[in-house]
Amino acid sequence: MNRRVFLQRSLASGAVALAASSGLLVPGTVLASWNKAAFDAKDMASALKGAVGSDSVEESADIKIKAPDIAENGAVVPVTVSTTIKDVKTISIFSEKNGTPLVAQFDFDSSSQPFISTRIKMGKTSNVVAVVNAGGKNYQAKKEVKVTIGGCGG
Amino acid sequence: MSKKSSIKIRAKLKNGVTTVKALVRHPMETGLRKDKKTGKVIPAKFIQNLSCEVNGKKVINGQIGVAVSKNPYFSFKFEGANSGDELKLAWTDNTGKSDTTTSKIK
Amino acid sequence: MSISRREFIKLMGLAGAAGMLPGSAFAAKRKPIDMYEIPKFGNVCLMHMTDCHAQLNPIYFREPSMNLGVGGAYGKAPHLVGEKLLKHFAIPSNSLASHAFSYLDFDQAASQYGKVGGFAHLTSLVKRLRSERGAGQSLLLDGGDTWQGSGTSYWTRGMDMVGACNLLGVDVMTGHWEYTYKDHEVIHNVQKFKGDFVAQNVGINEDAMFDYRFADFDGYDEDSGRAFKPYVIKKMNDVRVAVIGQAFPYTPIANPQRFIPDWTFGIQDENMQAVVDDLKANEKPDLIVVISHNGMDVDLKMASRVSGIDVIFGGHTHDGMPAPTTVKNAGGKTLVTNAGSNGKFLGVMDLDVRGGKLVDYRYNLVPVFSNLLPADKEMQSYIDKVRAPYLDQLNEKLATAEETLYRRGNFNGTFDQLICDALTEVNDAQISLSPGFRWGTTVLNGQDITMDNVMDQTCITYPETYRREMSGADIKLILEDVSDNLFNPDPYYQQGGDMVRVGGLDYVCEPNKTFGKRISSMTLNDGTKIQDDKKYVVSGWATVSSKAPGRPIWDVVADYLRAKDTVKITKLNTPKLIGVKGNPGLA
Repeated sequence: MNRRVFLQRSLASGAVALAASSGLLVPGTVLASWNKAAFDAKDMASALKGAVGSDSVEESADIKIKAPDIAENGAVVPVTVSTTIKDVKTISIFSEKNGTPLVAQFDFDSSSQPFISTRIKMGKTSNVVAVVNAGGKNYQAKKEVKVTIGGCGG
Repeated sequence: MSKKSSIKIRAKLKNGVTTVKALVRHPMETGLRKDKKTGKVIPAKFIQNLSCEVNGKKVINGQIGVAVSKNPYFSFKFEGANSGDELKLAWTDNTGKSDTTTSKIK
Repeated sequence: MSISRREFIKLMGLAGAAGMLPGSAFAAKRKPIDMYEIPKFGNVCLMHMTDCHAQLNPIYFREPSMNLGVGGAYGKAPHLVGEKLLKHFAIPSNSLASHAFSYLDFDQAASQYGKVGGFAHLTSLVKRLRSERGAGQSLLLDGGDTWQGSGTSYWTRGMDMVGACNLLGVDVMTGHWEYTYKDHEVIHNVQKFKGDFVAQNVGINEDAMFDYRFADFDGYDEDSGRAFKPYVIKKMNDVRVAVIGQAFPYTPIANPQRFIPDWTFGIQDENMQAVVDDLKANEKPDLIVVISHNGMDVDLKMASRVSGIDVIFGGHTHDGMPAPTTVKNAGGKTLVTNAGSNGKFLGVMDLDVRGGKLVDYRYNLVPVFSNLLPADKEMQSYIDKVRAPYLDQLNEKLATAEETLYRRGNFNGTFDQLICDALTEVNDAQISLSPGFRWGTTVLNGQDITMDNVMDQTCITYPETYRREMSGADIKLILEDVSDNLFNPDPYYQQGGDMVRVGGLDYVCEPNKTFGKRISSMTLNDGTKIQDDKKYVVSGWATVSSKAPGRPIWDVVADYLRAKDTVKITKLNTPKLIGVKGNPGLA
């Protein structure tokens, strides 16, 4: 959406105007886009289409997902994605069984390494999916994270 | 008015690679939870955009959704910076709120 | 009931004991005069104890009659019981060894052979081995679960055991239940422990990264984020041995995170490989071993994925395995042992290390029979001193056992049933739940049940009980969740421990099914079907996520016992099993 439409809509809600006048907004970041369609998508196929333009992804052994086998806390699951694939444009993280699978998308340029670490919410056992967009193609890897009630160990 | 920053950050340079670790204080409300006492839905309040610049040049941008955990943590790496360079990290959320912090690369 | 040493040895002769070292070459050939003559071999002796659960005095411990293996673990060590276990390890039946390693004829054999373990007796054995092997030639490793499991360990916050281990001369340890004390207590105890506490897989989490309360602790490394030293290098005359620690990977899930909010665990086998690679590149030790609390199935999988480890000394699952399992991997092979629990065994691995390589070895998992070893005076006096202030409380006789009361096994043991019955009766509940821990000592038929025995079965730092309503669906979810911890075919998704014990409830379990599909036909004791949406009053203990509101479990069990003269289990709420016929993990 363009800047004029954006400002019109947010001025209508008053939020941006208030924020802008209180000096809280940093110039340059006000207009950062947020892919609503992708984040609101309720299944993997739509979330993929929204986030990386297509649900056709190639499995790749060159993407590494580091996440616990069993989550210590389903609300805070550390996930680290890295890849040796060259010319990475974006890395997108999904949690397959979440109500809205797309968790986050990061874009990289030539000086940044294709590496991102964050923590995500997982309501139940599910695959964490990392999709790397590079050279016009989409590559993915999956890792199952078990979310358990806990409590009965040894 | 001086406000306590919502961002804690470490930026360390080793062998030409700067590793940034940042922890942001933010509720990351999904908009799906109900207040236990009032029964009312707690409105969504979550970081949507994250950006990091070094010496004015963009290093990483992130679009963030509600499934990122409360008090989000981010770590990323880049090359080409020097010790003492200034790094700026900023976030904005869906309500228009934002914060930014600067830190020197060690 | 104890017998004299002379009677004991005579008994063993009559029983045709071929020696207590089933795996050793001479066992079948000659009758050793001295039960604890363990022939020297090689130039390095690594002694291994694990999971003693704070048992300072000798105890009884019945091995399981059910230890089911599923998927790739079917019929393989450690998932063997009784006759099948004996056959697999070539242990003669009706022998001292068969009594030590299996549950067969337990009641009779235990009365005959007497108690096992006890730190004073273990000390005599260790001192003897040390002196026979020569100065600087042996190390004593402890796999953890040492500081928890008895009344005195609870009241002294684990420090009684730290003192005992210092006196015993434990060189290196790792942990699991150690982490159920508060984090500052863990740090304190580690600092008081004279040996090295190692754990390559315990780090600080992201929140703690910016403001870590124990930043001054010498085990902390800011760059790697590790909260404890990952390994230690011990010099044993000409041989340098690296001992890497592997703490129980699922500690914050199986036990309360709130006591240790800053620490994160996990198997971290990639980090393990990195540690091994780094050691080989830089320190270049002659031998690399892991002191592990993964549990045997996890150790077997980790050994297949990580190259360069010579031996994994394993614990957690309390499997007394007479011989190691050899696992092949990309780097060659790794030996995996598991040394039982409760002070019952001492693993003795004598290694021949030459030219920076492991050339050969001899392994014995030696049962510690208290009647066969002298009680080291200094250690016994330490133990008596530690227990003295609590003796009246511990010795209170609560009731008499009219059958053997034990825990160990995939489903309810008789002592578990006692605990479950105590919960339903004292707390007026329809159903009770009790955790499938693997620790807990055994009380023989005819013996008094004392507070000491009850504490041994219930002593944790979160002992509070609860009584609340749960729906049938909730109860099923719990049973399904825990059964996956036990029967998931991928060991990395198992959490260790046995199935949650139940009271007032019967059900059917199919271990070979997938998650969510193993539990069915839940009924109350009287046969009434459990309905998904109906509410039931349930009582339990050991809640992990938050503190329960009720009294400590040992008070509930003690009250129940005080009201009875004798205890005999009338109904054992073990499930009906489907799909396990012929499984060597079934008696």
